[in-house]
Amino acid sequence: MKAKSGIPAILKTALVNALIALVLFSLMVGIRTEAGASGQLTYWTRFGELASLVAAVFGGSIVIELLRQWIGPTGAEKLVPPAVKSGVSFIGRYLAPALLIFTLLVPVIFYDQRYILDLAILVLTYVMLGWGLNVVVGLAGLLDLGYVAFYAVGAYSYGLLATNFGWSFWICLPLAGILAAFWGVLLGFPVLRLRGDYLAIVTLAFGEIIRLVIINWQELTGGPNGVSGIPRPSFFGIPLDNSDDGLAAKLGIEYSPTHRIVFLFYLILALALLTNWATIRLRRLPIGRAWEALREDEVACRALGINTTTTKLTAFATGAMFGGFAGAFFATRQGFISPESFTFQESALVLAIVVLGGMGSQLGVALAALAMIGGFELFRSLETYRMLVFGMAMVLIMIWRPRGLIGHRAPTVYLTKAQAISSDLVKEGHG
Amino acid sequence: MDYFAQQLINGLVLGSIYGLIAIGYTMVYGIVGMINFAHGDVFMIGGFIALITFLILISLGLTAIPLILLVVLLVSMAITALYGWTIERIAYRPLRHSFRLAPMLSAIGMSFVLTNYSQVAQGARVKPIPPFITGGYTLHESTDGFVIQLSNIQIMVVITTIVLLALFTWLVSRTRLGRDMRACEQDQTMAALLGVDVDRTISMTFVIGAALAAVAGLMYLLYYGLVDFFMGFVAGIKAFTAAVLGGIGSLPGAMLGGLAIGLIETFWSAYFSVEYKDVAAFSILIVVLIFMPTGLLGRPEVEKV
Repeated sequence: MKAKSGIPAILKTALVNALIALVLFSLMVGIRTEAGASGQLTYWTRFGELASLVAAVFGGSIVIELLRQWIGPTGAEKLVPPAVKSGVSFIGRYLAPALLIFTLLVPVIFYDQRYILDLAILVLTYVMLGWGLNVVVGLAGLLDLGYVAFYAVGAYSYGLLATNFGWSFWICLPLAGILAAFWGVLLGFPVLRLRGDYLAIVTLAFGEIIRLVIINWQELTGGPNGVSGIPRPSFFGIPLDNSDDGLAAKLGIEYSPTHRIVFLFYLILALALLTNWATIRLRRLPIGRAWEALREDEVACRALGINTTTTKLTAFATGAMFGGFAGAFFATRQGFISPESFTFQESALVLAIVVLGGMGSQLGVALAALAMIGGFELFRSLETYRMLVFGMAMVLIMIWRPRGLIGHRAPTVYLTKAQAISSDLVKEGHG
Repeated sequence: MDYFAQQLINGLVLGSIYGLIAIGYTMVYGIVGMINFAHGDVFMIGGFIALITFLILISLGLTAIPLILLVVLLVSMAITALYGWTIERIAYRPLRHSFRLAPMLSAIGMSFVLTNYSQVAQGARVKPIPPFITGGYTLHESTDGFVIQLSNIQIMVVITTIVLLALFTWLVSRTRLGRDMRACEQDQTMAALLGVDVDRTISMTFVIGAALAAVAGLMYLLYYGLVDFFMGFVAGIKAFTAAVLGGIGSLPGAMLGGLAIGLIETFWSAYFSVEYKDVAAFSILIVVLIFMPTGLLGRPEVEKV
C-alpha cells in the first residue's frame, strides 16, 4: 500500500471508514428490537444514535490519520527520549518496595473508607490470581484459559467443607489448595501432549466442564443457587464479631465491623505475598528453571534431558494450588458463592492481567491488576459498557504493546550483574 | 427404533449448523494459524441481523416467504461478512507478525466487544421470532403412535448446508481465490513471493467464514426461533470442537466434525441427561485431543526444530 498524505487522502479514508461503520451499525444500532409482553417482537428506529456513531467514526479516523502522519509509521516509540526511559527504569527499581509499603499502610490511611478497603481487597485477590496464573503462563509458557476452574474448586472446597462439616477456615485453606492442585494435575495429564492453541482450548473446555458440573450437580453444590452461609474467617479460632468471645472483647477495645475488613485485607495480602515469595523462590530452584526452559523451547528442553511431564504437571499443580487458595479466600470474604462467579470472563480477565503486565514480571502483574480492576471501577456507573470497554482495551493494548505494559523482568540466574530482560525476548506458549 | 431415527434427524440438522460455523474456524486456523475466538460471536451477529431484516421486511408488507428468505439471507451474509472483514482489519492484521499469544488475546477481546456490543445495542433478553416455515412430512408412524417427523425447516437447513458446502468446495478447489488460499495455507512467504496477495486472501478468508457463519445464524434463528446476545460463546466452542474433531485445517473434516458433535449432543440429550449435554461435548474435545490430536481427517503436524 502506498502511503498517501494530504487533506484529500485523509478525508477519503475517513469517508470510507464512516461508510463501513454505517453498514455495520445500520441494523444493529439503527433498529432496536424488544420482545413484548405476549412474546411478539416490536421494534423502533434509533437513527440519531446511528448518525452520531457514524459521525464519531468519521471524526475519529481523521484524528487517527492526522496522528499517524504526524508521528510517522514507527509509532510512539521514538517520542520517548532515552533520559525518560532510564528514569522510568530507575523508578522501577524502587517502585516494588514503595508499593509494598503503601499497600501495608492502606488500612491505616483509608481506615474509615469501607469502599476503598473493599476495592483494595478485590484488587489484591486479582493480584494473587495473576501471580498464580503467572506460574503457568508466564514461567512455564502453558496457555491456560480455564484458570477460574481452580478458583472455583478452591471456593467450593471451602464453602462445602465449612457449611457441611463446620471445619475452620485455617484447616480448609490448605485443603482447598491441595484439592485445586489435584485438579490441576488431573487437567495436566491429558494436556501433556498438546501444544499452544490446543492447550488453550482444552483448558477452556475444562473450565466450562467444571462450571457446568457445579451448576447441574444440585445435591452437592446447590446448583445455580450456590452455597450460602459460608462462615467468616476467624483470627486463629477467635471470631471477629461482636460477641463476648470476639477478638474485640478479648483485646478490650470497642467492636467495629471494619476490623473484619482489615483482617481480610491483611489475609489476602499475606496470601498474595506467599504466592509471590513462592514463585520467586521456585524460579531459582531446578524446577523453576525447567519451567522457563520449557517456555523457551520444549524440544531443546527434552534434548537436555528435562522431564517435561513432571515439569508441566508441577507448573499446573502449583498454579492451581494458588488459585485454590484465592478461591477459599473469595468464599470466606463473600460468604456466598455461586457458579456465576466462575465464568470464562473471569479466566480471560486474569489471563489479560498476566499478559498485559508482561509475562513473568511480578511487578507488572500487580500493576496490571491495579489498572484493570481499579481502573474498571471507574466505569462502575456505566455497568453495561464495562465489558465493552474492557474488550476494546484488550484489543488496543495488544496492538500497541503486545508484550505487556511492563516490558521487562528480572532474570532468574545471571553471571555477574543482573540486567533487566526485555519481555520481547521472552517466548511463550510453546508447551 | 423410531425414537432413534427421529433423534438421528435432529442431530444431523443441528450438526449442519455447527458444521457451517466450524468451517470458519478451520479456514482461519489453516491459513493464519490462529483460533478466531470472535467467530462464535460473528455467528450471533449474523442471527441478529437476520432477525432485524425479517422484522423490517414484514413491516414493509412483504408476504412471499421465499422472497423474504432470499433477501434476509443476502442481507445477513453481506453485513456479517463486512463484520468479519472489519474484525480482521482492526484486531488481527496489525498483530499478524506479533508473538503468538497476541492475536489470541486480541481475538478474546474482540469476542467480548461483539458480545457486549450486541447486548448494549439490542438488550439482554431473548428475542423470539414467529415460525416462518411450518409444516413437514410424517415419515413413519409406528403402531404405538410414535411419529417420525421431518419438518420443512429441517429439510431447508440440510439442503442449504449441502448447497453452500458444494459452492464452497468449488470455490476452494477451482477458483483463483481458492488457489491463493491453498497457497497461503502452505507457506505465506513463498505465496507472497510468487505473486499472491496474502493480505487480500486472508481478508477474503474472514469474509467467507463470516458469511457462512451468518447463514448458520439465520438457520439457527429459523430452527430454534430465537436469538440472544450470549448464544455465540457456547455455539462457538462447540463449532471449534467440531473443527478439532474433524481435523483442524480440513474442510470436509469440519463438516464431518460438526455432524458428529450434533449427533453426539442430540443422542446424549435423548438417552442420558439434557443438563450434561455440553459437558459431553466438551469432554469429547478433550478425549479427541488426547487420543487423536490431528482429528479424524487432519494431517499430522511435523515438528520443526
